Amino acid sequence: MKRRRISPGAFVWLLVAAAFFLIPLIATLLFSLRSIQTNKCCSSAAYSLIVHDHQFWTTIRLSFLLSLETIAISLLLLVPTIYWVHLKLPRLRPVLGFMALVPFVVPPIILVVGLLELYKGAPSWFYAKPYGFLAAAYVILAFPYMYFSLDAGFRSIDLHTLTEASQSLGATWRTTLMRVILPNIRVAALGGSFLTLAIVMGEFTIASLSAFKTFPPYIQVINESQPYEAAALSLLSFLIVWGAMLALLFVGRGRPRPAQVAATR
Amino acid sequence: MAYLELEELRRAFGPVVALDGINVSMNKGEFLSLLGPSGCGKTTALRLVAGFDRPDSGSIVIDGKDITRMSPNRRDMGMVFQAYSLFPNLTAEQNVEFGLRIRKGKRAARRKRVAELLELVGLGHAGKRYPHQLSGGMQQRVALARALAIEPRVLLLDEPLSALDAKVRVQLREEIRRIQTQLGITTLYVTHDQEEALSVSDHVAVMWSGRIEQKGTPSEMYSAPATPFVAEFIGTMNRLEALVLDGATGEVEHAGTRLTVDAARGRTKGERVLVLVRPELLELEASADGGGENTLTGEVLTHTFLGSVTRLKIVGRETDLIADVPTVRVDSLPIGQRVVAHVPVTGTRLLSLGDEPASGGPVPGDR
Repeated sequence: MKRRRISPGAFVWLLVAAAFFLIPLIATLLFSLRSIQTNKCCSSAAYSLIVHDHQFWTTIRLSFLLSLETIAISLLLLVPTIYWVHLKLPRLRPVLGFMALVPFVVPPIILVVGLLELYKGAPSWFYAKPYGFLAAAYVILAFPYMYFSLDAGFRSIDLHTLTEASQSLGATWRTTLMRVILPNIRVAALGGSFLTLAIVMGEFTIASLSAFKTFPPYIQVINESQPYEAAALSLLSFLIVWGAMLALLFVGRGRPRPAQVAATR
Repeated sequence: MAYLELEELRRAFGPVVALDGINVSMNKGEFLSLLGPSGCGKTTALRLVAGFDRPDSGSIVIDGKDITRMSPNRRDMGMVFQAYSLFPNLTAEQNVEFGLRIRKGKRAARRKRVAELLELVGLGHAGKRYPHQLSGGMQQRVALARALAIEPRVLLLDEPLSALDAKVRVQLREEIRRIQTQLGITTLYVTHDQEEALSVSDHVAVMWSGRIEQKGTPSEMYSAPATPFVAEFIGTMNRLEALVLDGATGEVEHAGTRLTVDAARGRTKGERVLVLVRPELLELEASADGGGENTLTGEVLTHTFLGSVTRLKIVGRETDLIADVPTVRVDSLPIGQRVVAHVPVTGTRLLSLGDEPASGGPVPGDR
């Protein structure tokens, strides 16, 4: 098979794009490798301090678990809802789309004030715990990303025909959703999950204002007093988020993805 | 007693009445086609039988049991859809096995059945392929095997060939019929293609405007249409509006020309009727002068080559006609030639015109 050649123009643009992403990372790397004592290259002391800091592991673990919880809740809420709306209530699609835009319009700082007020009387296991209050807030924050990813996934398959085919073969609604629909919107669900993971791992405003010590407030604390460690931390967090995304991809990959069926209705 | 019965089935979508109280009965092992133009209600009827929709009134009875309110997954109806409906995440084998897994059959028995069915539809070699690796025709074969795997009480086919090219369509419809006959499975087939319906069915029910116009064997539908709509829809028909002159002799008057047709015997004098003549029954003769008895005259306007026959459009003074002549004879009837068309005394159909505002001339169907 003949190999496709990259045109010189495309190559230049690739280089520009690579430079745009890589130069800040390289600069951060070089800065993080400076010695705390001499301010000169090269020392791994900043990395050593970070990985030996108990707070680093606690906060990153909390943020990561919050991400997984947010993804799980979002998928559990949205997959059946969007499925049903597409199948039985298509006129509600614009309403859902509008609702999904609200978190874009309302800044997190307003959102957190509203949520703190709303949940004030809630039990302490929910209100005072990150896995309760923060997860609820993050589900709202991630709603547009998860919704639009899933909505695109549902639109790319012939939902009616697949559902009816499955039911005519004896499958219940649950079996149809689990064995037929979900595997065919897996890519969309993964896309929404990646975005949710990235958002939750980097969310500062809500966590900080509601006084929960997640990973982003920890970075902020380090940033204020230890510049080399902060640079090292940024790089580490970058690598960890990418690693988490790869892990999600690996978990959700399964069999090779066949082509979607065209919607013909 | 009929195996499948649709009794007074009615379904409306807002002001649109899709089914207006239809009655259909099928015997076990019968192949019935619901034939009609788009929007006539045939797919609605099929979806009601499958359980994907509920009728406003009426009932669906299968083997003596009313299943009108039963959910689709409990009906045991195998269905092949118009759209490609294979599950994209499963291979052909897994698609066929899907219904068997739902029924929790033993693995070895499932595998054996899947292999048999894929062989039956001629795809024993393609079991490991995903739907996107199969052609449209192959996908519909797998869909057929999948529907058959659950040993359905009724096989429902919703225009399964409409997305395929002409050659594959003919090939696959013959295979569907072969498999249906081999398995003796009761089959309800929906199509708008009259050729398809007439070629594979035991019986055909022509639908129009939510009603069943006529049900009969394919040859009955073709040779003895019961309503003007069926006459118009099945094949091509010359429609001659006429007035009965003498019911005893079968004499009618069409556009000032007297014709004698057996079908008019026994009709009341002065009754408005429609004389229906198939194009292949008209005998053409080149003639510069007028014709004799039972003839209409005109001039050849066009030739349409259809293989062994050529279809001629003839423009007459009052009536346009369509006639099929053997292609080997067409040179003697060139375009512009004055011709005489002999209307046969026997073999024509006659329908009471009633209130229908019919006009004379041919009504071309799809074939």
